[in-house]
Amino acid sequence: MRTVRFLLQKEFRQIFRNRAILAMVIVMPVIQLLILPLAANYEVKNINIAVIDNDHSSYSQKLISKITSSGYFKLTGYNFSFKEAFRLIETDDADLILEIPHDFERNLVRENEQKLFIAVNAINGTKANLGGVYLTSIIKDYNGEVRLQLISPTKFNRAPAIDIASSNWFNPFLNYHVFMVPGILAILVTMIGGFLTALNIVKEKEVGTIEQINVTPIKKHHFILGKLIPFWVLGNVVFTLGLIVAWFIYGIIPAGNIFLLYSFVSVYLLAVLGFGLLISTFCDTQQQAMFIMFFFMMVFILMGGLFTSIDSMPDWAKEVTKFNPVSYLIEVMRMIILKGSGFKDITRQLGIIALFAVVLNSWAIFNYKKTS
Amino acid sequence: MKQFLIFIKKEFAHVLRDRKTLLILFGMPVVQILIFGFALTNEVKNARIAILDQANDPASHQLITQIEASKYFETEIAVMNPKQMEEAFKQGSIRLAVIFPANFNNELLHQNGVKIQVIADASDPNNATTLTSYVTSIIQDYLAAVNKTTSAPYRIVPEIRMLYNPQLKGAPSFVPGVMALVLMLVCVMMTAVSIVKEKETGTMEILLVSPFKPLLVITSKAVPYLILSLVNVASILLLSVFVLDVPVNGNVFLLFAESTLFIITCLTLGIFISVKTSSQQVAMLISLMGMLLPTILFSGFMFPIENMPVALQVFSNIIPAKWYYIIVKAIMIKGLGFSAIWKETLILSGITVFLLIISLKSFKIRLS
Repeated sequence: MRTVRFLLQKEFRQIFRNRAILAMVIVMPVIQLLILPLAANYEVKNINIAVIDNDHSSYSQKLISKITSSGYFKLTGYNFSFKEAFRLIETDDADLILEIPHDFERNLVRENEQKLFIAVNAINGTKANLGGVYLTSIIKDYNGEVRLQLISPTKFNRAPAIDIASSNWFNPFLNYHVFMVPGILAILVTMIGGFLTALNIVKEKEVGTIEQINVTPIKKHHFILGKLIPFWVLGNVVFTLGLIVAWFIYGIIPAGNIFLLYSFVSVYLLAVLGFGLLISTFCDTQQQAMFIMFFFMMVFILMGGLFTSIDSMPDWAKEVTKFNPVSYLIEVMRMIILKGSGFKDITRQLGIIALFAVVLNSWAIFNYKKTS
Repeated sequence: MKQFLIFIKKEFAHVLRDRKTLLILFGMPVVQILIFGFALTNEVKNARIAILDQANDPASHQLITQIEASKYFETEIAVMNPKQMEEAFKQGSIRLAVIFPANFNNELLHQNGVKIQVIADASDPNNATTLTSYVTSIIQDYLAAVNKTTSAPYRIVPEIRMLYNPQLKGAPSFVPGVMALVLMLVCVMMTAVSIVKEKETGTMEILLVSPFKPLLVITSKAVPYLILSLVNVASILLLSVFVLDVPVNGNVFLLFAESTLFIITCLTLGIFISVKTSSQQVAMLISLMGMLLPTILFSGFMFPIENMPVALQVFSNIIPAKWYYIIVKAIMIKGLGFSAIWKETLILSGITVFLLIISLKSFKIRLS
C-alpha cells in the first residue's frame, strides 16, 4: 500500500505541475457544457417556408396566415413561381414549399376535395420530417375550421369520435436542453478520462521514464492503480463541475438520488480509465494512442444515443451499442437525472459497467509488460 | 525544389512507417461512413410502447392490432396496470403508453365520444412529439375507417414530396457531414501533433538552423497529409456511391477541388495550433477535446444552425467545417455548380489565408 501512496504522490505532483493541461482539462468541459446544449437544439421553430399562392382567395389567405402565426414557420418567400421557390430550396433559404393550386377555394367547396402540394427539402432529415408533420397538422386544423364553417349545424350527424388526451411525463415543457445536458456531460467525462489515461502511460513510454519504473520492484497492479486513481479523482471533479453547471445555468436538478448517480459514475470512470490504459499498452507513441482513442470516441459518441435514438437503429447496430460503455452512461444519467429512476431500475446497467471495468482493467494489467 | 522533394519524401516515410496510425487513418472513414449510412437515422421507429387495455373488447383489440402493425412501434407489453407502467417508464423499457378506458367499444359506438390517453416519455422531447403524432394519426385512421359510411366532406388532402431524398434516408445528409468531420479532425490533429513532436523532442531546432526556410519545413510536413486526405475523400465517395447508393450528382472534379481547399484550411489550422503550443498533449487536447464536439455541432449536419441563439449562429461562421458541409451538400446531393457555392469557397479561402498569415507571423520568432 505504501508503494501506491508514493506513486500517487508522484502522479498528482505531475498533474498539478502541468498547469496548462490541468486548466484545460477542467475549464474546457465546463465551457463546452455551457455552450453546446444551446447549439444542440432540435426544437423545431423557424422552419423556412415558401408559399406559392395561385388562388389568391380568402381561403388561401386564411391558411397562410394560420401557418405563419403558428410560431413554427417563417415565410421566406411568397408568390414566386415554383422554379423560383425551388431556387430558395437550393440555397437553403427555404425548407418547405407549399403550393396552393388555382381554384383552391372553388374546388374545395364544389367538389368536396382539394389537393395541396408540399415539397420538403429532405436532406435535413429531422427538420424536414417535423416540418412536414407540423404543416400537415396545421392544414388538418384548418380543414376542420372550414368544415365547421361550411356545414350547417343541422346537418351534423353525430359520428363516433375519439378524443386523444396526450400528456408528457418527466419533461412536460418539452425542453430540449434538459435532454441534451446529461448526454453531453457524459461525453465530456468520458473524453477526459479516456484521453488522459491513454496519453499518460504512452508518454512515459515515449520519454523513456517507464523503463525506470519497470526496473523497480513496483508490482504491475500497483503501477496501474497509481495511474488510475488520480484520473478517477479528476473525472469526478469534472463531473461535479458539470452537475453544477447543469444546475446553475440550465436549472437541471437530478430527480433521482445523487449518491446513486455518483456511484454509477465512479464505476463507469473505472471502466473508461481501464479502456484508456488498455489502449496505451498497445501503443508506442502518443500519436498512435490519440488516433486509436479518437476512433473509438467517434464511434462511442455517434452510437451512444446522444444525438440519435438507439431504438431506431437496425438490429446489428443495437448489438454493437451493447459494447459501448458511453451508451450506458448516457442512458443512466438521463434516467436518474430526468426520471428519478432508482437503484432497481439501473441494476442491469450497473452490472454491465462493473463487468466492463473488471475486464478492461485486468486486460490492461495483463497486457502491460514490464519488459519490452 | 529538389531539396523540398527530398524533405517530403522523408515526411512520407515517417507517416508510412507507423502502421497502426495508417490503419486507423484509412479505416476510420470507412467505419464512420458505414455507421452513419446504416446505423444512424433521425427517423423514429421500433419504439417500445405499452398498452393498457382496460376495455378488452372488440374495438380496442382492433385498434391495438393496428398500432402493433405499424413499423414505428414495438409493443412489448400488451397488458399492464398503471403501476407497472410507471416502473417501465423509469426503467426506460417503454417510451409511450396508450391507455384505453373500460367500456371503450360501448362508449365509442353508442355515446359518441371516448377518451384515449397517450402518455409519452418526454425526457426525449422530439421522440415524444413524434411518437404521439404517430399514435394520433393511427387512431384517426381507425376512426376514419369506423366512420367510413359518413365520410367527411370538404377534404383538403396534402400531398407531400420529399426533395433530394425521397426515402428520408440518413445517408444523404450524413455523408457530407462525415467528410467534413473526418477531414477536419484528421488533418488538424496530424499536422498539429507532428510539428509539436519535433519541438518536444528537440529536432525542430535542428531543422530551423538548417539553411532550409521554415515555411518549407512546415509545408513539407503538410504535403503527405494532404495526399492521404485526398485518398480518404476518394474512399468516402466510392463507399457512398457503391455501398450507400448516394450518388455524386454534381461535378466530381469540382468536389475534389473544394475538398483540397478544405484540407488545406485544416492543415493550416493544425499548423496554427502547433505554432501556439509546446507539448503534444496540449496540441492533442486542443484539437480533439476542443474540436470534436464543436465540429459535430456547429457544422450544421446534426442540428440546424438557424435554431441556435444568434451569438452561436455568428460563432458557427468561423467553423470551416460548416462551409465545407454546405459546399459538399450543394455539389454532391443537389448537383449544383460553382455559381451556387462561390461565396462559401471565398469564405473558406479567407479563413485559410488568415490562419496562414498569423501562423507565419508567430513562427518567425525563434524557438526559445
